[in-house]
Amino acid sequence: MNTKSNWTPLCGINDLVAGSGVCALVEGRQVALFYLPEDDRVYAIDNHDPIGGANVLSRGIVGSIADEPVVASPLYKQHFSLVDGRCLEDDGIRLSVWQVALDDDVVLMDPTPR
Amino acid sequence: MNKTKLILIGNGMVGHQFLQSLAESGESARFDVTVFCEEPRLAYDRVHLSEYFAGKSAGDLAMGQPAQYAEWGFRVLLNEKAVAIDRERQVVTSDKGTELPYDRIVLATGSYPFVPPVPGHDREHCLVYRTIEDLEAIKASAANGKTGVVVGGGLLGLEAAKALRDLGLQTHVVEFAPRLMAVQLDDAGGKVLRDKIEELGVQVHTGKNTQQIVDGENAVHRMEFADGESLETDLILFSAGIRPRDELARSAKLEIGERGGIVIDNDCLTSDKNIFAIGECALWCGRIFGLVAPGYSMAKVAVAKLLGEDSQFLGADMSTKLKLMGVDVASIGDAHAHTTGSRSYTYLDEACGVYKKIVVNESGKQLLGAILVGDAEDYGTLLQYALNGIELPEFPDSLILPQRGGDAKPGLGVSALPESAQICSCHDVSKGAICQAIDNGCSDVAGVKGETRAATGCGGCAALLTNVVNHELESRGVAVSTDICEHFPYTRQELYHLVRVDQIKSFDELLHKHGKGKGCDICKPTIGSILASCWNEYVLKKPHVGLQDTNDTYLANMQKDGTYSVVPRVAGGEITPDKLIVLGQVAKKYNLYTKITGGQRVDLFGARLEQLPLIWQELVDAGFETGHAYGKSVRTVKSCVGSTWCRYGVDDSVGLAIDIENRYKGLRAPHKLKFAVSGCTRECAEAQSKDVGIIATENGWNLYLCGNGGMKPRHADLFATDLDRETLIRYIDRFLMFYIKTGDRLQRTSVWMDNLEGGLDYLREVIIEDSLGLGDELEAQMQQIIGTYECEWKKTLEDPEALKRFRPFVNADASDDNVVFVMERDQIRPATAAEKTADKAEPIKLVS
Ligand code: SRM
Ligand SMILES: Cc1cc2nc3c(=O)[nH]c(=O)nc-3n(C[C@H](O)[C@H](O)[C@H](O)COP(=O)(O)OP(=O)(O)OC[C@H]3O[C@@H](n4cnc5c(N)ncnc54)[C@H](O)[C@@H]3O)c2cc1C
Ligand code: SF4
Ligand code: FES
Repeated sequence: MNTKSNWTPLCGINDLVAGSGVCALVEGRQVALFYLPEDDRVYAIDNHDPIGGANVLSRGIVGSIADEPVVASPLYKQHFSLVDGRCLEDDGIRLSVWQVALDDDVVLMDPTPR
Repeated sequence: MNKTKLILIGNGMVGHQFLQSLAESGESARFDVTVFCEEPRLAYDRVHLSEYFAGKSAGDLAMGQPAQYAEWGFRVLLNEKAVAIDRERQVVTSDKGTELPYDRIVLATGSYPFVPPVPGHDREHCLVYRTIEDLEAIKASAANGKTGVVVGGGLLGLEAAKALRDLGLQTHVVEFAPRLMAVQLDDAGGKVLRDKIEELGVQVHTGKNTQQIVDGENAVHRMEFADGESLETDLILFSAGIRPRDELARSAKLEIGERGGIVIDNDCLTSDKNIFAIGECALWCGRIFGLVAPGYSMAKVAVAKLLGEDSQFLGADMSTKLKLMGVDVASIGDAHAHTTGSRSYTYLDEACGVYKKIVVNESGKQLLGAILVGDAEDYGTLLQYALNGIELPEFPDSLILPQRGGDAKPGLGVSALPESAQICSCHDVSKGAICQAIDNGCSDVAGVKGETRAATGCGGCAALLTNVVNHELESRGVAVSTDICEHFPYTRQELYHLVRVDQIKSFDELLHKHGKGKGCDICKPTIGSILASCWNEYVLKKPHVGLQDTNDTYLANMQKDGTYSVVPRVAGGEITPDKLIVLGQVAKKYNLYTKITGGQRVDLFGARLEQLPLIWQELVDAGFETGHAYGKSVRTVKSCVGSTWCRYGVDDSVGLAIDIENRYKGLRAPHKLKFAVSGCTRECAEAQSKDVGIIATENGWNLYLCGNGGMKPRHADLFATDLDRETLIRYIDRFLMFYIKTGDRLQRTSVWMDNLEGGLDYLREVIIEDSLGLGDELEAQMQQIIGTYECEWKKTLEDPEALKRFRPFVNADASDDNVVFVMERDQIRPATAAEKTADKAEPIKLVS
């Protein structure tokens, strides 16, 4: 885990909800974390929904569209890719995406968005 | 080979389309392209400009991307305006002193908002609506004002009015003409639109000629009108039409129209054969086109001409359909019946605010024009009749008259449309192009959209596109899918059956056995609801929690700012003074906005995620239960006061309402379910507008089924009369379970029954005569749900794991700082975007 020395520990794996989202606060920015056990992965994107204008994406339903993992905004139901943050209904919109790793039971995040 | 030196002046929507078409032609390497872009950013979507106020950023609206332009090999001079064209030396000069030689020029300079030159028009806080910078100025100005006036009641004016209203200003529209949208609508249509808009809180003043603008007494300005009246306002937004930006062309001595506009021919060439003009700056056959679609067509013609191909601009259809402040408005062709010999049919429904008019030719066989206000559902069909000269049905008025049972509206079979029929005008996609896309392998609407761009502009053609695609698929023998989504090849009804028969208890199990992928926001809540209807397990139990819509996850309704509302059950609308006091105390303690709902209970708004458990703990301690206002489930049973107090009442409607609400509370269904009980035929509980309505008679109870209010109100049908209580309950048990078993996702009982073959009579057979032999089973299933009821909030408060979800952050003890309230009428409300940026909102202190 040397390369991840500057990564921020966020929480324990038990703080995540399998198949759903929670939110973390990282350097003042709200980050939505989605734990998909079937991918054995945690995805991290902006919690701010630019269309609804509220901090709610961690409270959306996750799933897949054509095999790409997505979250649906709980406000107006647009889909955002968990992989690259793009809005499937509107090419012009792209959210920040962060890298997350699991180190034993600790959830670590690279604080610089990709 | 020497490249042609091409200069594009203006990088608006049409200029962008020109570049895109050129790049997509694959021939752009033949040109050395430079773009003068006066604005500080590349082209953006002006058509959706107003969404900037709804939270979209400049980035969201952007059409041109610097990287994309670079890849295409186009050079852009940002923030640089072309100020002179020397046609002799073939050189363009900019305001920064750049001099560039050219072979060809494309002018796409657009237009500017016209500001009537009344004295005072240039005062501070007098603004226009065209660019992102204009919007920023409006936002800043609105933050300090209370009222706003839009001068001009046309298309753009009304859109601007909505923006002002959304910014929290008390908004007025001042129009010179005697009606709104004078170009597109007639008097009757204008009046219906006006009534609707005034209902939405915007005041309309027509026939007003502004004479001067001076200092106001109670506001920044006072507008004085020719009729002696005046209006005070803090902000004035001019939206009185557009004027082509032809100044550059004028100084270069190109031919200009009498009232402005750069004259072009069918090739989009100006009077100088080296110079094209396209978009809103161009004047074709004496007309300026103030819409984006004709500009796009011109851009494509200009590209074709540059490449030496054959193509002509031959005018454009100016029919429009839009939603103005939520009101549908559409205008097609010769809406004012100017054609000689033409005749009109009109339909006016003042109660619902709907106006429709069609104009037909002398023979009555062809549609020339139409106006639709309040309900524009027929737009797509009417437009196709008009554009393609399709012969009208025998009674043309049948196209706009409402259908009430009996005769169905003569549908325009999409098969009647010729190949050349334009389905999407924004992107000029014909029916032929759609068929082509399908032949190339597209197998659904999404695929055709991606391939042709149809329905990705204003979206007005989406319904028609779906019809055409489905029709074409069917005619090719492709079964049109009724699967609920890509993860399950089943309908809701089939899924329900699978769950019941295989005794499936979780989503994962069903997905594993019958589906694929991860699921999505369509199938997950649907299956969550089916599982709840069948087995009634706690919805926040681990395997179910990820299936729920946000409202069910947090057992509260999400509001626009991400806070939630709290609605405790008040069965039958009956509440003790002590309980009312508790509601008041809790609302006060947590500073919640408090409102009486339309369902006879009290709604407390503005609760943060982390406050929900604290609030509910107090409510549960005082004996309240969850009201399921968040679920697709039984909501309320409304009651009137009934025979206990009312001198006309013939039975105890309140008592029955309470019993019924307690019997079915918590039941989840394909959609929400509402009930009401009235104590006599005066019907004060409005039972005939509910899914289940009950009215007391001298001899028992009359049962009405399948009504609703909402978007498409429908009266309930009388199902059975003079029932005793026991029979009544049995029928309702069977009815509800049969609906849950066979209804489609998000289908209310009214639509469900209308789709049942045999309708009401069939329903009577199933429920009363037990024709399917299902009666006992349905009753037993209902009994199981009733027997396993528990209050979800009580259960949640006892479960530390479930409570963890109500932390706003997993790693910090903080609150969402984007939740900001301001006070209005002595209570909180969410701050508007403008108030947040202006920072004048006072954050309300949290009480915990
Ligand atoms: C609070 C309330 C308005 C009020 O202030 O009075 C309300 C508020 C909402 N209604 Fe309603 N409706 C309320 C009574 C009604 C009524 C009147 C009634 O029930 O007597 C109707 C028409 C009757 C009917 O449903 O047939 C009504 C027809 C709708 C509809 C349209 C349904 C339809 O079939 O067309 C929706 C949208 C939907 O459900 O998809 C809706 C949706 C909503 C939602 C859930 C919108 C949303 O997703 O955020 C609102 C949630 C507010 C909240 O956070 O609590 N609401 N809504 C009323 C709550 C009653 C209650 O105590 O539970
Ligand atoms: C709020 C709003 C809502 C609208 N809604 C709709 C709608 O629903 N449907 C519809 O069809 N249309 C709508 N329109 C109209 C639509 O936006 C225009 O038809 C379209 O933008 C015209 O494109 P254009 O490229 O010709 O002009 P513009 O988009 O105005 O672009 C012209 C560009 O050229 C630049 N320019 C001008 N002179 C120079 C110069 N000398 N040097 C360098 N640059 C220069 C300007 O700064 C501008 O950026 C709406 C417009 C507004 C403002
Ligand atoms: S009518 Fe109902 S859904 Fe619409 S704004 Fe009012 S409460 Fe919300
Ligand atoms: S007509 Fe506007 S998107 Fe098709």
